[in-house]
Amino acid sequence: MSYMLAAPEIFLAVAGMALLMFGVFRRGQGVRAVAWLTVLALAVAFVLVWVAPDATGTAFGGLFVADRFAAFLKLLVLLASALAVIMSLDYIEREDMARFEFPVLMLFATLGMLMMVSANDLISLYLGLELQSLALYVVAAFRRDSLRSTEAGLKYFVLGALASGMLLYGSSMIYGFAGTTAFAGLAATIGGAGAAPIGLIVGIVFLAAGLAFKVAAVPFHMWTPDVYEGAPTPVTAFFALAPKIAALGLFVRVMVGPFGDLVEQWQQIIVFISIASMVLGALAAINQSNIKRLMAYSSIGHVGYALIGLAPGTEVGVRGVLVYLAIYVFMTAGTFACILCMRQKGRMVEEIADLAGLSKTHPVMALALAVFMFSMAGIPPLAGFFGKLYVFLAAIEAELYALAVIGVVTSVLGAFYYLRIVKLMYFDEPIEDFDRPLGWEMTGVLAVSGVVIVLFFAVPGPIVEGAAAAAAALFPG
Amino acid sequence: MPLLSLVTFLPLVGAGFIFVIRGEPAIVARNVRNVALWTSVITFVLSLLLWLDFDRTSADFQFVEKVDWIPSFGISYHMGVDGISVLLVLLSTLLTPIAILASWEAIQTRIKEYMIAFLVLETLMVGMFCALDFVAFYVFFEGVLIPMFFIIGVWGGERRVYAAFKFFLYTLLGSVLMLLGILAIYFEAGTTDIPTLMRYGFPAGMQTWLWLAFFASFAVKVPMWPVHTWLPDAHVEAPTAGSVILAAVLLKMGAYGFLRFSLPMFPDASAFFTPLIYVLSVVAVIYTSLVALAQEDMKKLIAYSSVAHMGFVTVGIFTLTRQGIEGALFQMLSHGVVSAALFLIVGVIYDRMHSRLIARYGGLVHRMPLYAAVFMLFTLASVGLPGTSGFVGEFLVMVGAFQDNTWVAALITVGIVLGAAYMLWLYRRVVFGKLVRPDLMGIVDLSRREVAVFAPLVVLVLWMGIYPMSFLEFVGPSVENLIEQYGTARAGSSAPSLIELAAAAWEQAAAVAAE
Repeated sequence: MSYMLAAPEIFLAVAGMALLMFGVFRRGQGVRAVAWLTVLALAVAFVLVWVAPDATGTAFGGLFVADRFAAFLKLLVLLASALAVIMSLDYIEREDMARFEFPVLMLFATLGMLMMVSANDLISLYLGLELQSLALYVVAAFRRDSLRSTEAGLKYFVLGALASGMLLYGSSMIYGFAGTTAFAGLAATIGGAGAAPIGLIVGIVFLAAGLAFKVAAVPFHMWTPDVYEGAPTPVTAFFALAPKIAALGLFVRVMVGPFGDLVEQWQQIIVFISIASMVLGALAAINQSNIKRLMAYSSIGHVGYALIGLAPGTEVGVRGVLVYLAIYVFMTAGTFACILCMRQKGRMVEEIADLAGLSKTHPVMALALAVFMFSMAGIPPLAGFFGKLYVFLAAIEAELYALAVIGVVTSVLGAFYYLRIVKLMYFDEPIEDFDRPLGWEMTGVLAVSGVVIVLFFAVPGPIVEGAAAAAAALFPG
Repeated sequence: MPLLSLVTFLPLVGAGFIFVIRGEPAIVARNVRNVALWTSVITFVLSLLLWLDFDRTSADFQFVEKVDWIPSFGISYHMGVDGISVLLVLLSTLLTPIAILASWEAIQTRIKEYMIAFLVLETLMVGMFCALDFVAFYVFFEGVLIPMFFIIGVWGGERRVYAAFKFFLYTLLGSVLMLLGILAIYFEAGTTDIPTLMRYGFPAGMQTWLWLAFFASFAVKVPMWPVHTWLPDAHVEAPTAGSVILAAVLLKMGAYGFLRFSLPMFPDASAFFTPLIYVLSVVAVIYTSLVALAQEDMKKLIAYSSVAHMGFVTVGIFTLTRQGIEGALFQMLSHGVVSAALFLIVGVIYDRMHSRLIARYGGLVHRMPLYAAVFMLFTLASVGLPGTSGFVGEFLVMVGAFQDNTWVAALITVGIVLGAAYMLWLYRRVVFGKLVRPDLMGIVDLSRREVAVFAPLVVLVLWMGIYPMSFLEFVGPSVENLIEQYGTARAGSSAPSLIELAAAAWEQAAAVAAE
């Protein structure tokens, strides 16, 4: 009966295999059908998670846990993946990438992410992470005749393997000193012992380094700009959305779950990588001319803000992280929908300068992108401001004043490059028009995310309360 | 009837209407202008109900509305006005239609976006003065940046991009520190409800830090010397109507913040930092007046004069005397009307000659007698001639300052003399003299539309100068109540000496650093 707890995952696994068969028998003809069926499968999984919010407990001998925290993140991951698949539809057909494996690989990556956020043991953590990563390595290099794409895939693979190695090494240290890999067992050992042995701390440091790599936090961020720039744009969108959420969710669960009692030990690590990510994200983005590289640095910065919420290791902080992630999904999805619309004479353009004068040629798209940029800069009343509000709230509550002050100052620095995009669109004269039409899929993604970002302030309830319930699940009693 | 919400959000509805107007460009432009004007006029008429129904004997918040917004945090949508804010609301609703009317012909490109920006700006300004919850206040306060960024950047002059960025980033840097202050307040007091917090009584050490966080934001907005440098750039580059709103309303947001938050919530810190405010204000009054004397660009000259006039406001607020604070509030309103009018006056000749350089003009009185008369009135109001609004505000501030610190009063008097010098010299160079430039021979006097723009401002300046009581009666009870509460808070806190207060702040900082 406990298998029912993993119903969304089991369904996705079966659906993925069925879609593979379907694709093979159609002999590569039905890419669009496979893609839409993938979206449907993700939607069904979404419903399966949605209808059973109270299905909590562990399964598979304690390897897998289902709780409100996992459910909240799963909903976000499934939504993000579905948006990414929808956004890739036109692109893969146009850019000669239309092979049915593409959506299916994204489906398997999503399955890995669902496993990650439900991991309750270092072993299942690693399994989920690798299932996700392997699928992602392939999609990064999916345009195999493009030098940039293959380079991105290879870079991602080599550095990702290194990070997995660090993570595994850390896990083995933890196992060696604690005698268990189960989260519950680890929490009991550490809580009972009072102080942790130094070897265990070293293990946690390696584990944190591996996870920091996966979320692309400084100083483990080097791969991000190259991979973001090199990978096909819908893949970049997918990278910026779903794996970020899953990896950050996993990061939160590991840190406040089994190692929650050691918060004083790991807090300084988180504070450091958070500050470093915010500063680098803000400064390095200023000089970028390629919009995908800019988004890479921007995402590094956003991870830094989300980690502010993790640093205190409190319930308020976790809620902050979750609210931030939920808003981040909509801002990023909308921005990438705009980037995917940047086509001139039938080919993609990626230079920021190509956006010049967009407000005159595509007023609605310019308005939407301006909304996302102001939201990312954290200007009220847009949703991005509330995301920052909730994480700073946690930092102030935990008296991490230096972290909060550095955070707000870097947000002003970051505002500069977001404003630069707005300036190009509104203050400058157009040089060359983008191709039309935008496609109804893109319009849909833009409209949905735009509405959420603009109206979040009026009805913050669903996201904030969902996040609050999810955070409470990590702090029983 | 939720009057305040109606006044706040009606312009937003108008902006929504404008957004969906489609059709022929010429017809769209006409409809857009009309919808914008009528929306703002109706908003103004509605806001006049505040003038009629406001209970002038009470210091309480009136027209209060309160609805839960984010209940898990105890954050509510709480609106209300008292004597300090009600006139600022009316100032905002009055100047928006004037600004829209003033851009009738001056703005020919992207008229739709322009009007949307102004209506959104009105919503945010009014909402900011009415908000009684810190989060709502901050949302309005900061949201103002977005429309203003576009107004300067899209319809501005040559260096508009630089000015827009400078305006945005300067102001943002100040406000984010205030945001952290608001969060700290939330954890200290457990609420973001402003009326509750005004009676809370923060510990002395914390007050110092909070005061500084709020000061960072308000000092940039006012703007106080030395963080005023964004203002001349923003004013020079902004279109006329943008300068009008910037000078008349946005600058008041900082002074309003000092009155609404710094004084009642952090009385000890306010007392501690009063010398700082005095020094910065006196420097602003004298230094920027001298800088104004040297300007060749009319808009820049008026921009520097704004910094000087706002110096009077900050002095008045921190005298903590009834005359000083009432004078500061009166000066805010008066400066709102007078500086708006002066920017419009520059706009009139800029629209005709496309130059703001003083040297380009001269002898305008020969061709534009009506214009010269209006210009004269507002020049004298800016100088502070008795019978105009400028006199009342400056006089009351001086009375207040004299009671608190004679030196400050003496020094700001120098500013008044310098103010007379640069304003009258400006007037002489532009209006008097011989009309020698050939291209000025054909310049025409005020059109009927322009007369309609100036008429309400002329009436207001004279009304405020001749019978100031109709305005002062609004603010009296609230100011009295503010001073009374300030006195109780200072007495209740056993009046720590300056050194004790600084020591407490350092101890708190050290304790935080040690953790």
